[in-house]
Amino acid sequence: MSAISKVNTEPPAGTGQVGSTAAGTGQAGSNAAGTGGVGVPVLEVRGLTVTFRTEDGPLSAVDRVDFEVADQEVLAVVGESGCGKSVTAMSLAGLLPRTASVDGSVRLDGRELVGADKKTLRSIRGREIAYIFQEPMTSLNPVFTVGNQIGEVLRIHNGLSRSTARKRSVELLKLVGIPSAERRIDDYPHQLSGGMRQRVMIAMAVACDPKVLIADEPTTALDVTIQAGILDVLRGLRERLGTSIVLITHDLGVVADLADRVAVMYAGRVVETANVNELFAQPKHPYTAGLLAASPSAGRHAGTHRLNEIPGLVPVLAEQPNACTFADRCSRARDTCTTEQPLLTAEGTPNHHVACWNPVREPVEV
Amino acid sequence: MRRYLLHRLWQSLVTLLLATIVVFLGVRALPGDPALALAGEDRDPESLRAIREQYGLDDSLPVQFWQFVSHAAQGDLGQSIRTGESVNTMLRHALPVTIELSALAILVASLIGIGAGVVAAVRRGRPAEWAANALALLGLSVPNFWLGLMAILYLSVALGLFPASGFVPFFSDPVGNLHHLVLPALILGTGLAAVIMRQTRSSMLDALSADYIRTAEAKGLPPRAVIGRHALRNSLIVVVTIVGLQLGALISGAVVTERIFALPGFGKLTVDAVFQRDYPVIQAVVLVTATAYIVINLLVDLLYSVIDPRIRVRGEA
Repeated sequence: MSAISKVNTEPPAGTGQVGSTAAGTGQAGSNAAGTGGVGVPVLEVRGLTVTFRTEDGPLSAVDRVDFEVADQEVLAVVGESGCGKSVTAMSLAGLLPRTASVDGSVRLDGRELVGADKKTLRSIRGREIAYIFQEPMTSLNPVFTVGNQIGEVLRIHNGLSRSTARKRSVELLKLVGIPSAERRIDDYPHQLSGGMRQRVMIAMAVACDPKVLIADEPTTALDVTIQAGILDVLRGLRERLGTSIVLITHDLGVVADLADRVAVMYAGRVVETANVNELFAQPKHPYTAGLLAASPSAGRHAGTHRLNEIPGLVPVLAEQPNACTFADRCSRARDTCTTEQPLLTAEGTPNHHVACWNPVREPVEV
Repeated sequence: MRRYLLHRLWQSLVTLLLATIVVFLGVRALPGDPALALAGEDRDPESLRAIREQYGLDDSLPVQFWQFVSHAAQGDLGQSIRTGESVNTMLRHALPVTIELSALAILVASLIGIGAGVVAAVRRGRPAEWAANALALLGLSVPNFWLGLMAILYLSVALGLFPASGFVPFFSDPVGNLHHLVLPALILGTGLAAVIMRQTRSSMLDALSADYIRTAEAKGLPPRAVIGRHALRNSLIVVVTIVGLQLGALISGAVVTERIFALPGFGKLTVDAVFQRDYPVIQAVVLVTATAYIVINLLVDLLYSVIDPRIRVRGEA
């Protein structure tokens, strides 16, 4: 938690100039989001766009999102509710409902997943890309034992027999820190606490040793004391199994605790990516700066410091295709911001990318 | 568990006693009595009194009731006033017919109802759902007796596919037995199938939108496992309840269906007994029906905890 530093949200406006040669040329901008140099990307997302068919016409939820996840890397995707984080996560393995149409490219180890047939996607889900969801209370099926639900993945993907799958499930339960796993395996979800259920979800997700684990708000529904335990489990998995993790969250404390790199999303677009320390120390996008300022940190004492808030509401993406979606709420907005969409561009260091016409360049108060 | 069963047994006995009292008084409140039915055309007061005395009908109501209950408790349901035959024997012949008919009807209704319900839920908003809904509406609206008559007219008489009436015991001719019962079971099960279909559809829609279905899909399970295992198992609890509640309707439906297809079952026995004011038979029929109803409800309640582990019967640790 200590990595969250105090950030100045109201820098003097108008002092910075954007290196707009790269950003203004369209494609050049989107290719720029690097992996932070950790290694070859396991998951590569390019121009991912998700549109839902609704009764009021098409609704754009995710707009040309780019990011990459390197081997053994933890990428946090951060943003407010409704910014498209979860839709992005679900679209990676084709889990969105039929009303969604997905464009762009999602490559897992070089294989294209967007437009892949159902059978291919099914063989990838749970085996190569696995999910953990926000609600451990409802994400497990109440009528089957946890052993049954973990074993199911192993039987389907690895063709294990019932008894082998059971043995392996006990090992997995031990791996995620469930005490007396041999007995717990025959429990039904309602016999376990929320934290234990989330551990079961994790055990189920890593059963087939997936390349990428997508954790969609894995700790949001849990008590603070339980959250730390779950984060420990995830950290341990990365170290022991070498799994890459995409961590979807709105909790900057969780980000600071677990992530290597961060992608900040706003209204369906990625507005900034950077290594976690750099992002917390020197946010470039006014939205990121605002987000950090709006988050409580251990250093501040309650009552002595009022949290900052970002004025206004998250806009509907479809309404402004050719503008910065944050412009209406941004104190640094200029004329360009409402007429042209900024693309991700390297800013400062090569691994720090920001989509902004007027990024924060001033050193911020730490 | 044992405490729960004892509790249920006690409840059942009270229910049975109340049902018996109501029927006992009910049949006697009807105009006419067995003596009138037996004496026929030439009824003189003398022979009527003789008959009444013979069957204990001149005793006071409490005495008659005690006679019936104390004998029934020992397993003796008395003798038919009309035929003089032992009621136990009559039941032994009629019961298997009705049980088989009802069981077949439930089987047919469950297969059709659950199948169509699942299809309607999975294919929501597509022609398959409209077809299933239309069939269900038809099944609910068309009365059994009309459907039965049409089936006899077209399938039995015109096409000769099934026998129009009659019955062969299962153990003497299994194939003939099923051949005779297929049509009645289908007719009797129609309404139930429609109810089951609608219930399955709505509870499947609920289940399919649940978080655990998203989990099942994220695990890479094939549709048959997602739908047939994860969603259906969670929907069945409601379906089982509905089947349990519909049994009453099924039993009264069986009476009509048995009349139409001339099956020598419970329905025929009941109707004949009521027309003849055959008190012992009516009482026995109601007693057996009520017992069956109670036993089946108990089974349904016990089945809940098998289907859904969160439901545990009271008294169980």
